[in-house]
Amino acid sequence: MAELAAVIASTHHPFYYRASTSTGADRPPFADEWVAKIERFRETLTAAEPDVLVMVGSDHFHQLWLDNMPQFLVGKAPYFDANWYNEEREFGLPKMRLRGEEDLAAHLLRDGLDRDFDLAFSNELRIDHSITCPIITLRPQADLPIVPVYTNIFAPPMPQPRRFVQLGRAIREMVESWPSDKRVAVIGTGHLSLELGGPRQFGEHGPDPEFDRKAVEWIASGDIEGCLAEVTLDSLHSPGNATHGFMDFMLMMGVAGEGRKADHVDTLDLFHTMEAYFTWYPNGVPAAAEVSA
Amino acid sequence: MSKYLIDKFLYTVDRDPDLVERYREDPAGTVAWWEQEMATTILNCISHEKTTWLSFTEEERTALREHDHVTLFQMGAHPFLTLTLFIAMFERDHGPMEYQRAYARAMDHVSMPYPDITT
Repeated sequence: MAELAAVIASTHHPFYYRASTSTGADRPPFADEWVAKIERFRETLTAAEPDVLVMVGSDHFHQLWLDNMPQFLVGKAPYFDANWYNEEREFGLPKMRLRGEEDLAAHLLRDGLDRDFDLAFSNELRIDHSITCPIITLRPQADLPIVPVYTNIFAPPMPQPRRFVQLGRAIREMVESWPSDKRVAVIGTGHLSLELGGPRQFGEHGPDPEFDRKAVEWIASGDIEGCLAEVTLDSLHSPGNATHGFMDFMLMMGVAGEGRKADHVDTLDLFHTMEAYFTWYPNGVPAAAEVSA
Repeated sequence: MSKYLIDKFLYTVDRDPDLVERYREDPAGTVAWWEQEMATTILNCISHEKTTWLSFTEEERTALREHDHVTLFQMGAHPFLTLTLFIAMFERDHGPMEYQRAYARAMDHVSMPYPDITT
C-alpha cells in the first residue's frame, strides 16, 4: 500500500511569488524573512521524498460558480492547467501546468463515495492559487503529479467544520489503502483570521490575532476536539469575513490525526494576515529532515 | 433583490480583461448592456438557452453604475468578487496598498454582523 510520507498544512498567500522574486526597491522589507521561513518549510517536504501530492484547496470563483457549486470535488485528469488571468493581473502569478495522478484520483473518488462522501469530480480542471501557492512555496520545480481536492469554504451554504475533519480522516485512510508503492504527501492550504472586502482588510496584523494564536495552538498540538468545540460556521464570521478558509486547516488536522503534534511549526506575522506552516511525519521524522534541522 | 445576479455581474466582468476596462470607463453603459445581453446567459450553455427571469432592481443597477462598493457590500454581494474587480479597476490610480486601505476606510461604519452573502 502507499505510504503517507508527510502531511502539510499552510496558509496560501498569493503575494509570496511576487515578494520573493522582486529585487531592489520593489522588494518588500519582509521578503527576506518570509523566504527564509518558506525555504525551511520546503525542506520538510523535500525530506519526505514524496512521489505524489494530494493538494487540498478551494477554488476562488474561477472555474466553480454559483450555478453549479460542489461542496467537495476531486480533480481526475492527466494534466491540470493552472492560474487565471485575474491572478496574473493581481498577483503576477505565472501560468503553470501540473501532471495529474489519475489512479489515485480514481481511488479517492470510488473509496470516498463508498464511505458516504458524495464527492463531485472534474475531468478538466484549471486550478487556482489555493493549489499553486503551495506548489510555488513547497515544490517550485512542480515536477510531481497531483490530485487536487477542492472544498467549498467560499460560497455559503457550506459543510460543517466537523465534515471537513471527517473528510481529512477519510483521505488519510484512503491514501494509506491505495494499492501502490508510491509515497504520498497530503498538502492543504487555508487561512487563519482573514478579512477580504470588508472594513478590517489589510490592517497592521491579521484581523483577529487572538483567534490566530488559538488556531496555531489547535493545529500544532492536534487538538481537534478543542477546535471543534469552539469553531462553528457562525463563529468563523467573527475573526474576519474570509476566515471560513480555516476549515481547510481543520481538514488537514483530520489527516494528521487527533493529538498528533506537528513536527514543524512556524508562523510569520505579515501586515494583514498571519502566515502559518505545519508539517507532520506520520511514520517518523525522516533522516534527511533530522540532518537539516 | 438578487445577490446572485450581482455576483454574476461581478464574476463575469472580473474574469474578462475587456469587460474590466469597459466597466471602469463606462459603468452605466456596461451595466445596461450586461443586463440586456449577459444577465440571462447560462454560463455553461450555448447562448440560445437563456434564463427567462433574471433582472436587477433599480437599487442594484444604481450601485453597480456608481461603482459603489460599500452599498454592494451592504446588499450582500460576495466581498471577494467586489474587492478583486475593484482592485483591477482602481488600484492603478494609487500608491501601493493605498486603494485597498481606502476601500476599507470607506466601510468603517459597517458593523458586525455583516450582511449575509448566502445566495
